[in-house]
Amino acid sequence: MKRPRILIVDDSSVMRKIVERSLRQAGLELGDVVEAGNGIEALAAVREGAFDLILSDINMPAMDGLEFLRQLSTMDGAKGTPVVMVTTEGSETRVVEALSIGAKGYIRKPFTPDQIKERVSPLLEVLR
Amino acid sequence: MNPALDSKLQNSVRPDSSWVALFQVAAKEVFQIMLQAELGNLANVEELTVSGDVTAMVGLAGALCGVMSIRCDSKTAEKIAGRMLGSVGAVDPKDVPDAIAEICNMVAGNFKSKITQLAENCMLSVPTVIRGDDYEMVTVSGGDQITVGMAFDAAHIWFCLAVHS
Repeated sequence: MKRPRILIVDDSSVMRKIVERSLRQAGLELGDVVEAGNGIEALAAVREGAFDLILSDINMPAMDGLEFLRQLSTMDGAKGTPVVMVTTEGSETRVVEALSIGAKGYIRKPFTPDQIKERVSPLLEVLR
Repeated sequence: MNPALDSKLQNSVRPDSSWVALFQVAAKEVFQIMLQAELGNLANVEELTVSGDVTAMVGLAGALCGVMSIRCDSKTAEKIAGRMLGSVGAVDPKDVPDAIAEICNMVAGNFKSKITQLAENCMLSVPTVIRGDDYEMVTVSGGDQITVGMAFDAAHIWFCLAVHS
């Protein structure tokens, strides 16, 4: 299996580290892991190179996760990249909005490594 | 006014007697899941003084307007950051306010998800962290306040929900 190249988008550097650690604790073998602090930085990272999976927060300054998803969905070469939202957002409306824009799932903070694995593993199966 | 926010304000929610327990559970769950740590209830909370030189706060807007905050001393804040990151040695000082802010954000999100009317109709701001203990927070519009003291590794952590009237 190719080791997936992953983009983690969150305005909290601590949360980015925790998401990466949780992916590793869940037993996933990762390739490059790139971090971005908001949607603008995430779009710049996507322009630099393709990712196999993106995990993104919703509530961020400068550009939130929903706007990032909207812009990502119009970018050539990035449209098919699976995105999972990782958020404290309890609003079903915003989660449904994210799914309607193209997110493949969401994980609510606080989360366990098993919850991350459950959401992420099926999306990485295509790399087998 | 923003029509979306206007409709949320029309469904305004007021605190009730169940909120203290829900607030405690919300905090305990976040610590259990993210730090693998148990928070204990403090006895005689009314005799204790809310203190600490690290405060994180998250604004709430919509059906519930106010501020949720978490306050503790800097040693405890470092311990929380270390447990969150699974650090064995010293924690990068830059990570401490970030970690406390995230804890505050998660407790606020977890709390609102436990109250049906809030889950859909209350939005959270990006967190803010204050360093220092010589300050007083004044809620200009007045309103209810829920303060919960919890024990963590022999230290006290204070969770406060100030609701604007």
